[in-house]
Amino acid sequence: MNLSKQAVDRRSSTPGALLEILGLRIEGQSDEAWHEIVKGVDLTLRRGEVLGLIGESGAGKSTIGLAAMGYARPGCRITAGSIRFDSVNLADVSEAERRKICGARIAYVAQSAAASFNPAHRIIDQYVEAPLQHGVMGKAEAKRTAVDLFRRLRLPDAEHIGFRYPHQVSGGQLQRAMTAMAMACRPDLIIFDEPTTALDVTTQIEVLAAIKDIVHQFNTAAIYITHDLAVVAQMADRVMVLRYGELVEEAPTGVMLTKPQHAYTKSLWAVRSLRKEEEEPGEGALLSVHGVNAGYRAAVKVLQDISIEVPRGRTVAVVGESGSGKSTLARVITGLLPPLKGQIVFDGKPLPPALKGRSKDMLRRLQMIYQSPDTALNPRRRVRDILGRPLQLHSGLTGKARERRIVELLEMIELDQHFIDRLPGELSGGQKQRICIARAVAVEPELIICDEVTSALDQIIAEGILKLLLRLQKELNVSYLYITHDLATVKAIADWIVVMRNGRIVQQGAKGQVLTPPHHPYTDLLLSSVPEMATGWLDNLMAERAARKAQGEQLLKSADQ
Amino acid sequence: MNAIVATVLKRLGLGVVTLFVVSIIISLAIEMLPGDFAKSMLGQAATPETVAALRKDIGLDRPLAVRYFDWISGVVRGDFGYSLAGAGSLGGSRRPVADLIKPRLANTLFLAAVTAIIAVPLALILGMLGALYRNSLFDRIVNVVTLTSISSPEFFVAYILMLFLAIKLPIFHSLANVSPDTPFFERLGRIALPSLTLVLVIIAHMMRMTRAAIINLLGSPYIEMARLKGISPARIIYHHALPNAWAPIANVIAINLAYLIVGVVVVEVVFTYPGIGQLMVDAVSKRDLPVVQGCALIFAGTYILLNLIADIVSIVTNPRLLHPR
Amino acid sequence: MTTSLNRDANLVEDVGFAEPPPKLAHYTWLQSAWRELRRAPLTARFGLIVILLYILTALFAPLIAPYPETEIVGGAYEGWGKQFILGTDQLGRDMLSRLIYGARNTIGIAFVTTMLAFLLGGALGILASVLRGWVDEVLGRFVDVLMAIPQLIFALVLLSIVGTSVVNLVLIIAVLDSTRVFRLSRAVAVNVAVMDFVEAARLQGEKLGWIMSREILPNILPPLVAEFGLRFCFVFLTVSALSFLGVGMQPPTADWGSMVRENATLITYGDITPLLPAGAIALLTVAVNFVVDWFLHKTSGLRNEP
Repeated sequence: MNLSKQAVDRRSSTPGALLEILGLRIEGQSDEAWHEIVKGVDLTLRRGEVLGLIGESGAGKSTIGLAAMGYARPGCRITAGSIRFDSVNLADVSEAERRKICGARIAYVAQSAAASFNPAHRIIDQYVEAPLQHGVMGKAEAKRTAVDLFRRLRLPDAEHIGFRYPHQVSGGQLQRAMTAMAMACRPDLIIFDEPTTALDVTTQIEVLAAIKDIVHQFNTAAIYITHDLAVVAQMADRVMVLRYGELVEEAPTGVMLTKPQHAYTKSLWAVRSLRKEEEEPGEGALLSVHGVNAGYRAAVKVLQDISIEVPRGRTVAVVGESGSGKSTLARVITGLLPPLKGQIVFDGKPLPPALKGRSKDMLRRLQMIYQSPDTALNPRRRVRDILGRPLQLHSGLTGKARERRIVELLEMIELDQHFIDRLPGELSGGQKQRICIARAVAVEPELIICDEVTSALDQIIAEGILKLLLRLQKELNVSYLYITHDLATVKAIADWIVVMRNGRIVQQGAKGQVLTPPHHPYTDLLLSSVPEMATGWLDNLMAERAARKAQGEQLLKSADQ
Repeated sequence: MNAIVATVLKRLGLGVVTLFVVSIIISLAIEMLPGDFAKSMLGQAATPETVAALRKDIGLDRPLAVRYFDWISGVVRGDFGYSLAGAGSLGGSRRPVADLIKPRLANTLFLAAVTAIIAVPLALILGMLGALYRNSLFDRIVNVVTLTSISSPEFFVAYILMLFLAIKLPIFHSLANVSPDTPFFERLGRIALPSLTLVLVIIAHMMRMTRAAIINLLGSPYIEMARLKGISPARIIYHHALPNAWAPIANVIAINLAYLIVGVVVVEVVFTYPGIGQLMVDAVSKRDLPVVQGCALIFAGTYILLNLIADIVSIVTNPRLLHPR
Repeated sequence: MTTSLNRDANLVEDVGFAEPPPKLAHYTWLQSAWRELRRAPLTARFGLIVILLYILTALFAPLIAPYPETEIVGGAYEGWGKQFILGTDQLGRDMLSRLIYGARNTIGIAFVTTMLAFLLGGALGILASVLRGWVDEVLGRFVDVLMAIPQLIFALVLLSIVGTSVVNLVLIIAVLDSTRVFRLSRAVAVNVAVMDFVEAARLQGEKLGWIMSREILPNILPPLVAEFGLRFCFVFLTVSALSFLGVGMQPPTADWGSMVRENATLITYGDITPLLPAGAIALLTVAVNFVVDWFLHKTSGLRNEP
């Protein structure tokens, strides 16, 4: 941190505030030049208050969260502003002073627990470290409080889980252990940096409930950073919306949900309203999967007894959490992983199980779009080559005819024709995904497998992609096999839903049928675990589940319990 | 603990197998000999009988498998065959290769040990300092100096040292002539220059590698987490970074020690130090194949052993293997 | 409200909600290279100049050298003077001319050897990364065994058997060095081979050759180029060491390694002449290392230093 260049904001401070940030400016370095990534942000937090910081990726939320501790990652520097924590200006104070406060009075919970724990030491040792270092309590007392916290956070085997090493414990449990570690010194403020983003939806619920509980019990102030609006609705008292390092809007949660002021905030809220109409079931099955078993090693079956039908011009959504086998299904259908048992029929003819055995025309008719546009496009090839190559391979187009068709495709995906010369590095995330769609659509396929194509995108961009896909389906009568874990997306574009769990199909049916009760217990768990945009939803859900448990009902546990 | 023991045993087994395969390759190389090798060695005046005798000695008249088995079973007992020097001369005695190698090997190991004792701790400390104070003036200067050092051929460094520390300023001996009965301290004095040369080269390599390994380690997320918990920098280094640093550092040390044994060849020639490297070079120019084979096997064996130790250290310090799920 | 987002993705910019356009790099390759050069640190610029001088010397040796390479033009070990700027060697040949021709011989051999090592090791490395399976296993084991024998030692063994000729030298070192190139190219190619765009190419029916050369290779060029520099240095030093030991290039060819050996006795008289070819070797290696260091610093993620 460059103290000498830093300008201190000398506006008068709010009395009674625990944390007060005024005029914060942070610069980040890329390619030897410094750009401003946080442009003058003010933030106030009172004791016991939970503030939600939301924004899309790149908005600067993590950077501000770390700055609240007076910390800037390598490659970033705080250039202006005051960061007053209980009358100490963290931006001004010496490294040693800051170290006394960090961990003791302000704590941080990172996004990835697995990476934040030292693999060489036990969990309990890493818990006890901070209280010992800061002289808050002795070793024995710290260990006792650790067990107490583990219990409050509903970790299994609270007495002994501390003796495990980080890699011996699952993701959701480790995340809660990290929360416990943050609470070890009973800090006044905890910064949660996207703690549940990497978790499955059913695990996320448990962790969210645990965090909310414990923050409440100890009256800890918290800054909750996330990009998920529904989550912030459950956790925060007040919400700040950030965009490109600037504050867009700030209001209490209830007000923010019902009466957003700024156009950008309104657009964020509206995103989840997309919903496809019910349609007649399509004529004839384009793709049929019969009783397929598949696995990578003969002993371990990743897929068991899978039977699915995809009609022409319709969308079949395959929903499941991690480990459900949905991505493996895509690999089996495309021929990358021949099945151990069962058959796949395409347009009435059985499909050769391995990629090698399929004709070029067969390859043309079945296309795939990937989750991450960053890895799905070769960074060294221009749009012209990316779209032109399949045209050349399958349709034999060259020269001017090819160029014309590429421009046509660009129009179809709503991009201007000058994009033809760009490299993927010169495109935004949404634009890259559109190019991936164009690449799939270029050769006029009949079935496109979409593997989590919107999961890596920000919500507004994702909505645009979904709308594009729907439009293309109408125009080209192409079928989609849409793989996802996100139920909102499923509601948006599916005609038929297949719910998978641990390699098996748990339930499948028309959208309307699957989404209305009665459900298979797992479907019920999945549906109910999706946070909704109403405060108090989480509390209601937890109360409801506790009641059902008290009545002796056997509830399905999420995989991570 | 079973996972560890199993993995270590597997690794040991792999090392032994590799050594065997290497020994096969070394003797396979003999297959590449041009046809008239025996004749050309003995010269034009050789009679057909002596040529045939030589061929029999080298074993060119027997099938490869038999020859290999003979050699390797001898090696295991410590018998590396007989040197070709003196072959064909009437009444000449040929010395066992093992007798030639033993004293030379002892000398080389002595030189290597002295060098390692000085260089390894120094390099580790400098490397750690470089990592902790990276991009400071100290670090940048050291970076340039070590880069220069690792770029220079060993004989360059050797001759410069010889020129300035033995000839222009007669501080040290310019040639390191030792014999089996040289007393210990005089030995140390005589190998001062070759040792210094090797120290300079090794320190440069090792320091750079250590620095890189530690910088890599310090960038880990759990180190950042420790900082955010307010842990003191000293504790971060010895409690958090060090336990995870053994494996990469052991690797660095092993690679450089292996280099010592091998790169010592040039240094021995420059200072005419009677070590195994000098022996091998002489044997190569005289095409004394059994000696060449024997030396090569020893070099390869040492190399494999050192890499094996490095691997085992990283296995034994890997927390995922120490405490499996 | 949301209707403005429906149409063209690039028109979204009008509404002010768009993601900011990423930096457009509209420079040609040459232009960006020049920009980089101007920002390069002192050591890298020094390195580049030195490399250029060496290349020019190697290319134009017959035009620059005052005397022929192997002709005896004076008495043995004559001192530095007007006639022979750097004196003569043990047979009476001009040192300066032999140094200049040495550049051509030594650098030429090292370059050809490195190229061969790269063609062999690089191609096999990329192949292994794409095919995986038993091909990868077999190649990997084979390379492991070859690398278990230290390179210099192995070269000595092979040279003692097949004899020292330039062709043997080049082939042996190229094959031995290709193992390191294999390791590196496989390691970086594997990271690229698991990317979705490679799988997408396979699903389109692209053949192995296309995937290796058009999908993977262009994405691993930076580390390969850096490694080329490092490998060149290593080969260069190994060839010189072998020549110094007497088993590399043979007389009367002017080669820096053997020149050091030939004139070694001069050291005992306090004459620095044998240090000249040794210094020439060191200087080129240092220069290449500086440039590679800078190149690596630029292309890897090491720039996030405060």
